[in-house]
Amino acid sequence: MTTSTSLMYLIALPLAGAAILLLAGRRSDKWGHLLATALSASSFGVGLYQLSQMLSRPTEERAVTQKLFSWINVGTFNIDAGLLLDQLSICFVLLITGVGTLIHIYSISYMSHDQNRRRFFAYLNLFIAAMLLLVLGDSYLNLYVGWEGVGLASYLLIGFWNQKPAYATASKKAFVMNRVGDMGLSFAIMIAFATLGSVSFSGVEEASHTASQAALTAIGIMLLVAAAGKSAQFPLQAWLGDAMAGPTPVSALIHAATMVTAGVYLIVRSNFIFDAAPTAQLLVVIVGAITLTFGALVGTAKDDIKKALAASTMSQIGYMILAAGLGPAGYAFAIMHLLTHGFFKAGMFLGAGSVMHGMNDQVDMRRYGALRKFMPITFATFGLGYLAIIGVPPFAGFYSKDAIIETAFNAGGIKGILLGSTALLGAAITAFYMTRVMILTFTSHERWEKDQHPHESPWLMWLPMAILAIGSVSTGYLFTRGHALVNWLSPVFGEHEEHEELFVQPIVVSALALTAVVIGVGIALAKYQFSEVDAEAPQNVSIFTRIARKDLLQDSFNESVFMRPGQALTRLLVSTDDKVIDGTVRLVGTTAIGTGSALRKTQTGFARSYAALILIGAVALIAGIWVVTQ
Amino acid sequence: MSAYNYLYVSGLLFTIGAVGVVVRRNAIVVFMCVELMLNAANLTLVTFSRINGTLDGQIVAFFTMVVAACEVVVGLAIIVTIYRSRRSASIDDASLLKR
Repeated sequence: MTTSTSLMYLIALPLAGAAILLLAGRRSDKWGHLLATALSASSFGVGLYQLSQMLSRPTEERAVTQKLFSWINVGTFNIDAGLLLDQLSICFVLLITGVGTLIHIYSISYMSHDQNRRRFFAYLNLFIAAMLLLVLGDSYLNLYVGWEGVGLASYLLIGFWNQKPAYATASKKAFVMNRVGDMGLSFAIMIAFATLGSVSFSGVEEASHTASQAALTAIGIMLLVAAAGKSAQFPLQAWLGDAMAGPTPVSALIHAATMVTAGVYLIVRSNFIFDAAPTAQLLVVIVGAITLTFGALVGTAKDDIKKALAASTMSQIGYMILAAGLGPAGYAFAIMHLLTHGFFKAGMFLGAGSVMHGMNDQVDMRRYGALRKFMPITFATFGLGYLAIIGVPPFAGFYSKDAIIETAFNAGGIKGILLGSTALLGAAITAFYMTRVMILTFTSHERWEKDQHPHESPWLMWLPMAILAIGSVSTGYLFTRGHALVNWLSPVFGEHEEHEELFVQPIVVSALALTAVVIGVGIALAKYQFSEVDAEAPQNVSIFTRIARKDLLQDSFNESVFMRPGQALTRLLVSTDDKVIDGTVRLVGTTAIGTGSALRKTQTGFARSYAALILIGAVALIAGIWVVTQ
Repeated sequence: MSAYNYLYVSGLLFTIGAVGVVVRRNAIVVFMCVELMLNAANLTLVTFSRINGTLDGQIVAFFTMVVAACEVVVGLAIIVTIYRSRRSASIDDASLLKR
């Protein structure tokens, strides 16, 4: 294994940025955002350098490690804080630092009127550092540190405008729901340590060959819980929609491109566990399939542009989780969709931010319309992202999503048909709701208020959008040309045998997917482009629409099943503590006090009565002795 | 005359003293009753010394007298002081310890 001494700079640079900006305080208001952007960009530079180094080495020596320090050293339990950069992590490193830097640049302009811009950039740098630690850690324990770090950054940034109570609540909601997932990860680590005796990736992989099925399944399920929490997958998906309370660059970076894909990374990184635990793998697929449909359905009913995109993110990550659950055939496609999604979804979120920037922070799409005339660049970049996400060839989403649908169909038997159909249905719904977003925002007729003057954003904002749009166009082709990404990643997942018999030919899948897209787009056009759209959301709608508007009742469900019984439980515990435990303690005290005050009455203070008592006692004593000795 | 008669006298003296301590309120009288009990005890000691033909009891009786003399000095001093400050020699009045 190759070692390196420069891996730590990937993390150290943005971490130093966060530290400087937070410690320097208001003194760094003038140059803080420039420093943060420069450090993020230099981290990207280190990433590119590492990539070039990696490319210059033969395939089996490409993975690089660096031991930072000995972290825990107790008896036979030794854990080093170490970094591992292999073919999988470098993809993430470049995505995080690359998209991260673009979003830093975008934020310089987007947040220019915010007096806390420096703090915002400090948190962004903190996020980049934590996310890099997450993907670079060489053990589950190191990953866990990064995992918590991104959770913290996400919490801080969702609640960045915490002067609004609703936003503060949203950040708390995200934090609490993430905690459930984090618990899964810590359980997974504990089970791994107890049964496999190691928490490093290499150690666990080695031990997994001989480990019991039950232990691997338990670890797999706990890892799935962790992934569901971080990636907003069913049943822990409820926080993502509210997380849109954060500034739009945050939604683009953390809640679309990078952090929410950490769950996919975790599952793909733990491929050795899931390959050996079919039950856990099946659950992964089921969670992915449910979420991709769930997110897509929610997306059809949202009028808030950011929440529609958030639902879409949830759905697209559902695709990734689905692919990751399909085993060795799907891992590379999960990562491919993750990377292409990183480009087009970040681009669309930035586009949404640009629209909000030009529309006085209006987020209701029913108040947009016909904006393509006023924001041509935003329209173009958003449009390219749109074509990519619905899977129109030759844009990026076409390649990655088609590959997932095809792999799903070829999973074999009834499972394959079910999963493939779900993925196809998801593709159709995606086409519908994304077309809806497009039409409501950029085409159709004007529905905005009179005092609004839509305008294009400054170049600092559209430049990142343009670069991301180029990525949305080209990455799919680049990744699939000659199976580039699949071959690149294959050393990480180990060799697997080729499918001997394909259930469905790729060309058939592409045809089916395109048909689904055409149907989705057609319905959306008929419903929104060629008929009037109200500026207010219609109220007399079917029960299904109403349920979808309420996120398929996720909050009501969580409230009635977890929150209220939880509250009842805590109240019960409090009253038990108060009445039973404290009551016992108080009873002992009151008894002592009562006995004391009863006995106090005998203490009259009269010397004569004491004397009488002594006399009686002495007489009784003597009488007693006399009786006994007689 | 049987030596046991002294024991009866001693018991009588002790009873008088004990009843006096419990019943009387005047500190001086109570004090005298305490002395009475001490003397009853001395009488018993001396009597048993006679009966047993040893000197042990007589020696202890001397000790008792010495201690009683000291006790009288201290006790009377306390009583006089209390009388001076409270204008009363009733021991029931001096029941401040209960508070």
